[in-house]
Amino acid sequence: MKSNKNINQKNSIFKNWLVILVAILFIALPFIINAYWIDVLFFFGIYALLGLSLNIVLGEVGLFDLGHMGFMAIGAYTTAILNTSFGIPIIILLPISAIAAGAFAWLVCSPIIHLKGDYLCIVTIGMGEIVRLTLNNNPFGITGGSNGVFGIDFPSLGSIFVVDNSTKFYYYIWLIVGLTIVGLVNLQRSRIGRAWNCIREDEVAAESTGIDVRSYKLLAFLLGAGLAGVAGNIYATKLMIVSPESFSFMESCMLFCIVLIGGMGSIPGVLIGAAAISLFPEVFRTFAQYRMLIFGVAMVIMMIFRPGGIWPRKRGALKFESLLIKAGEENG
Amino acid sequence: MAKDNNNIATMIRSKQENKETDKTNKVVLETDKLTKKFGGLIAVNNFDLKVSQGQISSLIGPNGAGKTTVFNVVTGIYKADSGKVLFQGEDLAGKKPHQIIKKGIARTFQNIRLFSNMTCLENVMAGQHCRSREGTWSSILQTPGQRKEELEIKKNAEDRLKQVGLWRWRDELAKNIAYGNQRMLEIGRALASNPDLLILDEPSSGLNDKESEDLIVFLKSLVKENLTILLIEHDMNVVMGISHWVTVMDEGKKIAEGLPEDIYTNPQVIEAYLGKDEEEEE
Amino acid sequence: MKIVLEQLLNGLTIGSFYALIALGYSMVYGVMKLINFAHGDLFALGSYLGYTLLVFGSSYATVTFGIWGGMIAAMLIAAIGIGIAGTLIERIAYRPIYSVGRLPAVVSALGASIVIQNGIMVIWGPRPQAYSSQVVPSVMLNIGGIKITLMQIVVLIISFILMGLLFYIVQKTTFGAAIRACALDRSTAALMGINIETIIFFIFALGPALGGMAGVMVGMYYRKISFVMGWNYGLKAFTATILGGIGNIPGAMIGGLLLGVLEMLGSVYISTAYKDVFVFLVLILVLIFRPTGLLGEKIAEKV
Repeated sequence: MKSNKNINQKNSIFKNWLVILVAILFIALPFIINAYWIDVLFFFGIYALLGLSLNIVLGEVGLFDLGHMGFMAIGAYTTAILNTSFGIPIIILLPISAIAAGAFAWLVCSPIIHLKGDYLCIVTIGMGEIVRLTLNNNPFGITGGSNGVFGIDFPSLGSIFVVDNSTKFYYYIWLIVGLTIVGLVNLQRSRIGRAWNCIREDEVAAESTGIDVRSYKLLAFLLGAGLAGVAGNIYATKLMIVSPESFSFMESCMLFCIVLIGGMGSIPGVLIGAAAISLFPEVFRTFAQYRMLIFGVAMVIMMIFRPGGIWPRKRGALKFESLLIKAGEENG
Repeated sequence: MAKDNNNIATMIRSKQENKETDKTNKVVLETDKLTKKFGGLIAVNNFDLKVSQGQISSLIGPNGAGKTTVFNVVTGIYKADSGKVLFQGEDLAGKKPHQIIKKGIARTFQNIRLFSNMTCLENVMAGQHCRSREGTWSSILQTPGQRKEELEIKKNAEDRLKQVGLWRWRDELAKNIAYGNQRMLEIGRALASNPDLLILDEPSSGLNDKESEDLIVFLKSLVKENLTILLIEHDMNVVMGISHWVTVMDEGKKIAEGLPEDIYTNPQVIEAYLGKDEEEEE
Repeated sequence: MKIVLEQLLNGLTIGSFYALIALGYSMVYGVMKLINFAHGDLFALGSYLGYTLLVFGSSYATVTFGIWGGMIAAMLIAAIGIGIAGTLIERIAYRPIYSVGRLPAVVSALGASIVIQNGIMVIWGPRPQAYSSQVVPSVMLNIGGIKITLMQIVVLIISFILMGLLFYIVQKTTFGAAIRACALDRSTAALMGINIETIIFFIFALGPALGGMAGVMVGMYYRKISFVMGWNYGLKAFTATILGGIGNIPGAMIGGLLLGVLEMLGSVYISTAYKDVFVFLVLILVLIFRPTGLLGEKIAEKV
C-alpha cells in the first residue's frame, strides 16, 4: 500500500514536469519552426478545441454526435456575417458565437434528446447536413452560398493587441485551448462531470440516482456546441473566409475519430487524437494521393491494437487536498 | 428441517421486534388501486400497498407477479395507468425518478446497475447528486463554495463506504469488485442520498449464506436509525428474519398481507407462492 | 397529374437504389449492432467495377450475351466481387474488435470507408467516370403520356425482384429465420444451434452484393459516377434505414422507397436546393414522434 502510494506520488510529480515541459515546448516552438508548420500547429489547435468540445458530448456523456461541425458552422457564420455586415469586433463576437451555437444546439436538441444511440446519431447527422445545405443555399442572401462570406477582420483589442500573423494566431488558439482544458478538467472533477459519466454508464441508474438525465444531456450539447462556436469564430478570423464545405459530414466524422482514437472522456487523449488527425496528413504529404489511403489503414490498425484509444482516462484515487486523504487513510 | 427451525427462531425474533415498533405506525408509502398494463398484459392490478414508518416491509410473490413493476411505478420509471402512489401523503404522479429520489425514496435494482467504469467512491459520490447543488459555472471556475461542497460529498461518500464495508475497495472500478460487494455498493449509493425510504429489489439474490446473514444484520441496523425499508425478496429466511410486515402478490394482485408468521402459514400464500417456488428451485 | 406520376416514378427509382443500399446497412446492423460505414463506399466500388466490366469487357460480353446480357453479367460479377470485398472488410476491420464494444468499430468502419474511397481514387483516378451510351442504351418511352426511360423500368424491375427475393429469404426460409433470430438475440441463437459465423458471413456478403448491384444500376441510370458518391448515397441510405427502423428488413425497403419519393416531391414542390433539407427534416420529425422509426419495434427497456 505504502510503496504503491510512493509510485503514485512519483507518477504525479513526473506528470507535472511533463506538463510544464510540454508547455515550454509549445511556447518556444514558433521560434524554431517555419511559418508553414506554425500554421499546421494552429490547425492542430483548432482540431484540439473541436475535439475537446465533442468530447463533452461523446466522451463524457456517451451521446453519438456526428453533426458537430454544424455547431462550428453556426459560430463561424455568426462571426462572419456580423463582422462583415455590421462591423462588430471579432473579440466581442467570440462569446456571441459561442452563445449562438449553444442556443442553436439547445433549440435543436431539446425535442430529440430522448432518442437512443444510433437514432440520435442520425438526427445529429441530419442536423449538421441541414445547416451545411442551408448555408450553401444562401438564405436571404446572407451566407453567400457556396462561395461563403469573406473579408473577416482579425481579432483585436484596441490597436495594440492585434492577432494578425501566424505566430500570434498560434498563441491565440493555444491560449484558448489551454483555458478550455483547465475548465474541462475542473468540470470532470465536479458533480457535473460525475453526473455526465453516470449517464454514459447507465442512464436508468443515473436517473434513479437523482440525476436529471435530460437536462444534463442538454447541458453537454450546450457546452459542446458553445465551444465549437468559439472554434468557429477563431477559424473564421484566421482564414478570413468561411464556406459551407469546411463543415462537411466527413469533418464531423474526423472529430468523432479524434475522440475515439485518443480515448473517450480523456483530455490528453483528445489532444493526441487531434494531433494524429491534423498532423498525420502533413507528415505523409510526400505520399501524395496515397496518404488518405494510409490514413484509413492506420485508423483500422489503431482500433485493432488499441480499441480503448491511445490515452484512455484512468480512474483511480481522486486527488483532493492531501490532508483529507490522510485523514481518511487513518480512519480506514 | 434444520432450515425450518431456523425460520421459526427468526420468526419469534421478528415478532418481538414488531411489538417494539408497533407504536410508530405512520404510513410512509401507500399505493392506492395501482394499475399498470403492458399492452394486453396487466402487470399490476388494483394493487394496494402500505409501508409503515421505521419498519421493514417485504413484497413477495412468484416470478412474474409484478413486484418489480410496482417498484418501477413507485420510483417513477414507469407511469401508472391508474391509481395513486402517495409518499408521506404526497401524490407522486408525474414525477420523474430524479425528482422522486429527492423526495426521499432511493432504490436498488434486481440486476445490479452500477456505474461500472467509475470507482466505488465515485459511485457513492454520485448518489449524493440530488443533495448537492453547485452549478456549471462554479464547477468550471472551481469556486471556494464548490470546493467545499465537493469535499463534503467526498467525506460523506467515504463514511457511506465504510458503513457498507467497502472502504478498502474505494478506488477500484465498480465492475471489478465481487458480486456481493457490488450489491452492497448499490445499497451504499442509494443510502448516500439520505433517503427516508429505501427500496431494495431482491438484495440477497446471488449472495451466499454468510453474506445474506450480514445483509440482514445490516438492514436491521439501518432500521434502528429510523430508516424505512421496502424489499422484494425470494429468500424466505431473509423475509421471515427481518420483515415486520409482508405483502404477497400474485398475477398483479394482492393476495395476502400480514405479519410474517401469519403469511408463513397462510394456505393461499403457500399455494400461490411457496409451493411453486420450491418446485422451481429444486 | 402526369408530372406528379413521372416524379413519383423518378422518386421510386432513386428510392429503390436507397432501399437496396439500406438493406445492407440494416442486415448488418440487425445482427451485429454495427453501422457499417464502409457500406456506401462498397456501393461506389460496385459502380466502378461495373464500369470497368462494361467498358473493357463490353465487346466480349455484348458479343456473347447481347447488350442486356452484358449488363446482367456485369451486375452479377460486380455483386460477387463486392460480396467478397464485404466479407474481407468484416474479417480484417471488424472481427478483431467485436469483443471490445461498438465504438471502436465505428472508427474502424470509417477507416475502411476512407481506404475504399481513396483506393477507388488511386485506381480509377480522381475525375468522375461515365458509363458510355454504347454499352447502356438510352431509350425514352411514352406510356399514356407519361415519359419514362427504358432504363428506369429495368432498374425498377430488377430492384423489386431483388428486394422480393431478399424478403422471401429473410421472412420465409429457415435460413432467414436464423438471421432474424440472431438479430433478436445472438447468444441465444447460438445456443439454439445456429452457426453465427455463417450468418455473419452471409450478411456481410449479401448486403454489399445488393449494394454493388445498386452501384452498377446507378451507373447505368445516371451514367456519371464519382469516387465520393459512396458517402452521399451511403448517408441517404443510412437515413432510409433509420426512417424505416434500423435492423428491420421490410423497414429498410419502405424507408428507402419513401425517401426517394420524398426527395422528388421536395425538389418539385419546394426547391431542388432544399430537397435534402426537406428529407432530413422529415426524418427528424418522424423520429421525434416514433423514436425507433416507422416499422421499428418499441424498445421496452427492461429495468
